[in-house]
Amino acid sequence: MSDTSAPTETAQSGPMLAADGTPLKKSLARALRRQKLRALLLIAPLLIFVLVSFVAPIADMLFRSVENQIVSETLPRTTNALADWDADASDSPDEPVFEALFYDFFLAQERKLHTRLGTRLNYEMTGMSSLMRQSGRKVDDISDVYFDQFDDLDKNWDEAEPWAQLMGAPDWVAKMEGWEKGDRLPAFKLAPGIADLLPKTAEIYGEFAKFTINEDEKSLLKEEPWGVVHTALYQDLMAADVSSYTGPQAEMLKTADAAVVGFETVGFKDGFIEIDEDWGSREVWTTIQMYSPAYTNGYFLNAVDMQKTVDGPQMRDEDEQIYFTLFKRTMFMSLVITFSCILLGYPVAWLLANLPSRTANLLMILVLLPFWTSLLVRTSAWKVMLQQQGVINDVLVWMGLVADESRLVMINNQLGTIIAMTHILLPFMILPLYSVMQTIPPSYLRAAKSLGATNWTAFWRVYFPQSVPGIGAGSILVFILAIGYYITPEIVGGTTGTFISNRIAYHISSSLNWGLAAALGTILLGVVLLLYYVYDKIVGIDNVKLG
Amino acid sequence: MADTAETDAFVAFERVQKSYDGENLVVKDLNLSMPKGEFLTMLGPSGSGKTTCLMMLAGFETATYGEIKLDGVSINNIPPHKRGIGMVFQNYALFPHMTVAENLSFPLEVRKIGKSEREAKVKRALDMVQMGAFGGRRPAQMSGGQQQRIALARALVFEPELVLMDEPLGALDKQLRETLQFEITNLAHELGITVVYVTHDQTEALTMSDRVAVFDDGRIQQLAPPDELYEKPQNSFVAQFIGENNTLEGTVTKISGNHCEVRLDNGELIDALPVNVSAEGERTRVSIRPERVEFNKDRLQEGAHLLKAEVLEFIYMGDIFRTRLRVAGNEDFIIKTRNAPDQVRLEPGQQIEIGWLPEDCRALDAI
Repeated sequence: MSDTSAPTETAQSGPMLAADGTPLKKSLARALRRQKLRALLLIAPLLIFVLVSFVAPIADMLFRSVENQIVSETLPRTTNALADWDADASDSPDEPVFEALFYDFFLAQERKLHTRLGTRLNYEMTGMSSLMRQSGRKVDDISDVYFDQFDDLDKNWDEAEPWAQLMGAPDWVAKMEGWEKGDRLPAFKLAPGIADLLPKTAEIYGEFAKFTINEDEKSLLKEEPWGVVHTALYQDLMAADVSSYTGPQAEMLKTADAAVVGFETVGFKDGFIEIDEDWGSREVWTTIQMYSPAYTNGYFLNAVDMQKTVDGPQMRDEDEQIYFTLFKRTMFMSLVITFSCILLGYPVAWLLANLPSRTANLLMILVLLPFWTSLLVRTSAWKVMLQQQGVINDVLVWMGLVADESRLVMINNQLGTIIAMTHILLPFMILPLYSVMQTIPPSYLRAAKSLGATNWTAFWRVYFPQSVPGIGAGSILVFILAIGYYITPEIVGGTTGTFISNRIAYHISSSLNWGLAAALGTILLGVVLLLYYVYDKIVGIDNVKLG
Repeated sequence: MADTAETDAFVAFERVQKSYDGENLVVKDLNLSMPKGEFLTMLGPSGSGKTTCLMMLAGFETATYGEIKLDGVSINNIPPHKRGIGMVFQNYALFPHMTVAENLSFPLEVRKIGKSEREAKVKRALDMVQMGAFGGRRPAQMSGGQQQRIALARALVFEPELVLMDEPLGALDKQLRETLQFEITNLAHELGITVVYVTHDQTEALTMSDRVAVFDDGRIQQLAPPDELYEKPQNSFVAQFIGENNTLEGTVTKISGNHCEVRLDNGELIDALPVNVSAEGERTRVSIRPERVEFNKDRLQEGAHLLKAEVLEFIYMGDIFRTRLRVAGNEDFIIKTRNAPDQVRLEPGQQIEIGWLPEDCRALDAI
């Protein structure tokens, strides 16, 4: 007896083993894996659909609310040079920053990126858009000074081929010469040593070559370089000694090297201020500096009526604050709508739950009827009903309750939105209420009455507490739907009855300020989640029942 | 006798009728009076009107015609909450959002009884049903039997004189049901309350009640103490509904005082007690309880009529033997015999003769 029991006990002290000796846990996991895999396969289509159509766009939208790469991508040199600038020390940055700005800006305007940047910065400071467009048109004024002088010196400086031979590697030039239209353009390769000899020119020409090959898809042997290359060449020749250069076009280069000393020059800073005096303003430069980083909290600050300043975030002026008011109004109206739905829906749900089933079914159809009608139609119907020349006003005037000249204003304001949305969201309150009430047996009310409770006490002490989960479920449904509602406030809300969602839609489709729209949406999402959390803490999400 | 019962009746139904749809009567001309302290059971198949009667008494249904009196006062127009009648429901109807103690204190609160008195009464009521330790629990945390005890305590806590019980034990298993039957009757007698108890379980009705009202088709078919109900059914329905019963059909050939002769349809003649027959030539259905059938001639009266029977089946049931016979064409004629040492065990196929005392064979109405 003791002999046989001893090994069993030692075996039990270790992990439990299956019949074939593998640990039981492992064996169980293997047995369940197939099941899990099959379950996963079953939900895979939905999962993929949700990920692609719901999670990914939301993630992208959330990302847009902080993303700000456009400034540093369009003006990479400028933002680098501007990093050290202290706005308190001087009104505008020094020459090196303007030099960087000149190269960035010239390249940006050739690639037509400067207007996009203007639009982006205009969200933060009005006038940026026109400044960018103006400067885009006139940045040539600076480069032309050098271009013309090189051109005067030698016509070849305005030709494509000598430039290509000077800057490009010989084997690349050979490939270019053999290129025929329709073939792939060979990737540009700098001539050996040229980057050391003429660093700026090599950099800028490289940008030009990349753009021409990749975006224009034209031959560099046919396309004369942009004027900005000449400016870079001037700067390089002023700084470098090219006497030892022996590559292609050495003659032309050396002649130019000798001549540049006598060239007429123009300061970058002066040039830009000449184009638009705003370039000398402190605000423009602080704005660019503040929005240099790739990620910004600027959209979020805007969304709560604040703005970035040199001294950190500050509230906007009273008359510029709109979003906070809108958020407050959205919350308030959603609450009013939720309460109206409870008041109107509770008796209906009670009737539904207590009538004989045939009558209840008929009533149920009436409750569901709005669901089968387009939202737009219902909202428009309210427009017909509520407007000053509408049905309700006509009836009131006919009955003599309202004078013809003082017809009630019930639409294009908060009242209109509340009435229409209460009507539209009512089924979402009634259905959860109904399904909860259906589970409350009538014997509870009878029991309460038999115990001596009046009708009201029986209802309030016994029936109502048991229907609270239905109210909770309905309220959460209606409130969350209301807080993000768009169509109805848009149609009947006028100016005082619109929601934050209407503002989001405006930024998405009209002002195209997607970053701000994303920030507003993120805040809205955050508020809803927060309310949900608070609700869970107070009421308990377990108490929410849909049936 | 009828007059005195009605004058000092505690609960009285007087010519009460009830119709839900205006076409059919669910309760037809109900007359019933109960003295104080009585335990009366309304027994009947579903749809017989017993629950409707209870609901009318509780005030949840109104009588279409007639009067319902409580302690001599008509309560037709008194709303349920003012009737002061305790009620126990089949599904317990304990308020799920309140604890047991809150459930019990509810009827006291609505009666505006002070807190300390309330607590004392709740405690006493809980102790009464041996549930003193459960005051803080919620109904959902208790078993069915415990919930029904609480429901009982709640119906009694405000000390009503009349308590209605609507199939209170219907959802419980057999053993628990038997325990609670015993407890309920004991409590009722101890407290001296009047109880109207509705059930469709005849055993429950017989074991618990002072009197049983058998309902069928909207009428009380018989209102009598359990033993009388079982031994002296007044009509075929009651005989059939209460306990096991053998029936034989035939025609009355001779009737005199408390004895009559019935010629069965196969020509055989039997003795019977005329209950629901009055004239010769009348069709009748005679009813004999299985345990009153005798096949030992020594125990029968001199000159009693005997019937031929063939044993079809012998079933051993422990305390009793149950034997199925073919008698006068009826193949479901059952006899029950006690499992005593000298008891004869009949064999299937055996031919025997059976008989009974004339007073055990009741000639009732033919259906």
